[in-house]
Amino acid sequence: MSTVTVQLFASYAETLGGTTLEIPLAAGSTVGDLVLSIRSLPGAYALPESLRVAVNRKFASLDQVVDSRDEVALIPPVAGG
Amino acid sequence: MSRAAIVTREISPALLIAEVKSPEFGAISVFAGTVRETNDGRSVSAIDYSAYTLMAEAELERILAETAEEFGVSAIVVEHRVGPLALGDVSVAIVAAHAHRAPALDATRFVIEEIKKRVPIWKREHYADGSREWVDPTQATGVAR
Repeated sequence: MSTVTVQLFASYAETLGGTTLEIPLAAGSTVGDLVLSIRSLPGAYALPESLRVAVNRKFASLDQVVDSRDEVALIPPVAGG
Repeated sequence: MSRAAIVTREISPALLIAEVKSPEFGAISVFAGTVRETNDGRSVSAIDYSAYTLMAEAELERILAETAEEFGVSAIVVEHRVGPLALGDVSVAIVAAHAHRAPALDATRFVIEEIKKRVPIWKREHYADGSREWVDPTQATGVAR
């Protein structure tokens, strides 16, 4: 078991009440597993159905493996421009 | 040369033009996005932009690499501002130079469209009635974006 720190921004930081989450994950866990854990948190019902996750500053697919050394972030719908 | 940055100061398109200007180019295309006074029928008084800066700059760099490959435009700079912005302020500027106008124009268009899809930047609009909301383009009701 290791703990992955997930950075939160903008509306998601407000929804989940902080700028980071500490999520315990078993070795070999994927982005998909991480998303399932996040969805079980209080307040997570307000997150949209589709969640975008970045690992090491790149958008990640659900089957990508993550561990505690990765820089992980949950990316709300972007609105630049 | 190409450069991408998230900045907290005012953006000067003139300085960006000076950065890419060269006698080898016959065209410089400039796109500037500015803060508009209405959105989805609501009266906007100001906008706070925020970003996941390290990823936003990395994603902008990837977009510029794709622009070089796709349009042959490698003299291009992009700056996106974050923090509190007032009506009319420049929030983003893209300046692309090329020997000919078509690739320069195509490059600026490509970069702004990609920014809107994939660069982790967010905005919270302040409305004339005192309320404020994070803008979610995936939920927008407006037609023209």
